[in-house]
Amino acid sequence: MSDLIKIFISAVLIENVVLIRFLALCPFIGMSSDVKKSTGMSGAVLFVTVLATAVTWPLYVYVLAPLDLKFLQILTFILVIASLVQLVEFYLKKTAPALYSSMGVYLALITTNCAILAVTFDVIAKGYTFVESLVYAVGVATGFALSLLLLAGIREKLKIAPIPSFLRGTPIMFIAAALLSMAFGGFAGLIK
Amino acid sequence: MKKYLSYFTNGILRENPLLMLMIGLCSALAVTTSLANGIGMGIAMTFVLLMSEIIISAFRSLIPQSIRIPVFIIVIAAFTTIVDLVMKAFTPELSKAMGVFIPLIVVNCIIMGRVESFSYKRTITESIADALGMGLGYTWVLCSISFIRELLGAGTILGMEVLPESIRMGFFAQSPGGFFVFGLMIAVALAAKKALERKGGSR
Repeated sequence: MSDLIKIFISAVLIENVVLIRFLALCPFIGMSSDVKKSTGMSGAVLFVTVLATAVTWPLYVYVLAPLDLKFLQILTFILVIASLVQLVEFYLKKTAPALYSSMGVYLALITTNCAILAVTFDVIAKGYTFVESLVYAVGVATGFALSLLLLAGIREKLKIAPIPSFLRGTPIMFIAAALLSMAFGGFAGLIK
Repeated sequence: MKKYLSYFTNGILRENPLLMLMIGLCSALAVTTSLANGIGMGIAMTFVLLMSEIIISAFRSLIPQSIRIPVFIIVIAAFTTIVDLVMKAFTPELSKAMGVFIPLIVVNCIIMGRVESFSYKRTITESIADALGMGLGYTWVLCSISFIRELLGAGTILGMEVLPESIRMGFFAQSPGGFFVFGLMIAVALAAKKALERKGGSR
């Protein structure tokens, strides 16, 4: 049990997916303009990351590895994730239109969210068991949500802050992200 | 000839994928802790972009509109696999330093974006000019970021020591430095673009 908590904490704070590992920067920059958008995106990422890990892990361990097809890992994983996202989109559209209208737009963008593919590769590279992989996936998605909401909050403050003119717009967002990233750097060493 | 030249120069500053369009950022910030990594990633990315654009452009009349995205993904994934395996075999150290970011070329929005918006509609030669321009635009930004970060963070250029240890700043070698240097680079690029526009009228 303590192992699982360790994996979770380390995925959320120490190895924060956006601020420390630089994954999923496109939605981090594009989706953080207001809190509502970032909540929607975070929900969609959490859902798809866990689902993708739950499908790709058994696929790799029980199909690709025994058949010696490890070189097909990139190809199969990206196809699985892309078709999974499509399926989820169709399913939600049909059964839960309300949820779809709040999450649907983000789902389409998720195929090219590199955090998800990275998680599925990470759990294989780190040799996690199935349960550990799922906990890791939830942790990474939570870390993504945390950093996205933090930046969204900062951006709302930035709108009324006096900023040197040459930094206005995108540059100041990266400077803000740098400061956030320094703060998260302080978590290193939280787990021995 | 002039047309090809304008496609080629397009990616270098005016539509630079990293500085202007802000796509494909993940790999650009993550691997740029040393100049060698930056060059390696730039070459890997340019290769995948070039080959994918050539293939998609060559088969563009055979790919049905409705399933084009899956087809693009398979083509890009195939070339990414080639790069991944070649790098593992010939430059194992570089491949280890970049880790998961080589497989992640497959979800790099630059490639998907160029294939979808450019080479699916254009001829092979036009696509080659575009891919080389975009690849070069990506590579030079990567090289500049990694040059600054390696010089200030580790005090070296391509592994050679230049700065004495007392004035090195570890900040630049770590994650915050990546965001910081990139933020400043965008500020400089935007200022340069504005200056160019003022000078060249409608350009």
